[in-house]
Amino acid sequence: MSKFKKKKGGEMPAVNTASLPDIVFMLLFFFMVATVMRQNTLMIDNNLPFADQVEKLDKKDLVMYIYAGKPSSNYKSTYGTEARIQLNDKFAEVSEIPAFIAAERASKREELIPFLTTALKVDSDANMGLVTDIKQELRKVNALKINYTTKKGNALQALKQ
Amino acid sequence: MAKRSAPEVNAGSMADIAFLLLIFFLVTTTIETDSGLNRKLPPIDDTEQEDVIIKEKNIFQLNVNKNNQLFLKTGGEEKIIKIKDLRKAAVAFLDNGGGTGLDACKRCQGSKNPRSSDNFDKAIISLQNDRATKYDTYIAVQNEIIAAYNELRNREFERSFPNLGMSFVEADKRYADPRTSSAEKANLKEKLEEIKILIPQKFSEAEPKKSN
Repeated sequence: MSKFKKKKGGEMPAVNTASLPDIVFMLLFFFMVATVMRQNTLMIDNNLPFADQVEKLDKKDLVMYIYAGKPSSNYKSTYGTEARIQLNDKFAEVSEIPAFIAAERASKREELIPFLTTALKVDSDANMGLVTDIKQELRKVNALKINYTTKKGNALQALKQ
Repeated sequence: MAKRSAPEVNAGSMADIAFLLLIFFLVTTTIETDSGLNRKLPPIDDTEQEDVIIKEKNIFQLNVNKNNQLFLKTGGEEKIIKIKDLRKAAVAFLDNGGGTGLDACKRCQGSKNPRSSDNFDKAIISLQNDRATKYDTYIAVQNEIIAAYNELRNREFERSFPNLGMSFVEADKRYADPRTSSAEKANLKEKLEEIKILIPQKFSEAEPKKSN
């Protein structure tokens, strides 16, 4: 027996895959970072009503979100059970809406301002009084394009009568 | 003793693990788009405006009270109406075409009741709600009214442009789709505008009443 085996000729050397994990991790981090889940932490119950004549709300960067509903169970003790407005990550009064709209507008390019839409994400149990107050404030600051955000479904069936 | 080097960890499966994570993130991040009912608020106008006189027969007056009941006042009668009947009633009202002479409606296919609306352009739907009305009822009412308008617009769109093979709503969706070519968009826009002028959404919302 010879100590040195004769190498078989013509075999390709294996490609070094040691850096493959690095490449994949790079991709992974890219996707993790790039998918911005800029969803406000909801502090309210937000059970949207149903409608079927809906239009899509494209161009997410041109949408301002106003949430409204009853404070969720964690916040009930502090904020009560009356429906409230949430702007960004905190509860707000109706009177704070103009400031919020102004701040949103300031963060956008000037030529895009006329295309801004306000999405009203209001809980189906909320009263119209609150919604009307929001609408009045929006009219005052001339933010007239609104969208009542709904879930797609049969509006009549979902209605508890 | 000779120094023994630590055995190397096999990192060959690291790529698999990373791929698994990558695929998980790729699949789970759904970029969901919101959808809803688009509306436009009326601008605040401080200047005194002269009251426009509108014939009572041209108004479809809806009132939602604090118990989420719907009152309908049109064509000289007042009644409680169920939401499921609203769409039909609204279509019948808009499509009535009771006008004569200058106000005659050529494209209406309704019953031509002289006590209901004259034509598409004259017909106004007015909605008033109470501050204690529930939001979901309000949305359902809005939805039904938009549905009534869409139903008529679809009909007229298909009548005007039968070779297009799509309804008003589909055409509108196609127009909003960023993938549609600009030539087609310009073409669609013209047609959509034509129908929008033919059947305008004259939908007024009065400021709500306070309930005690």
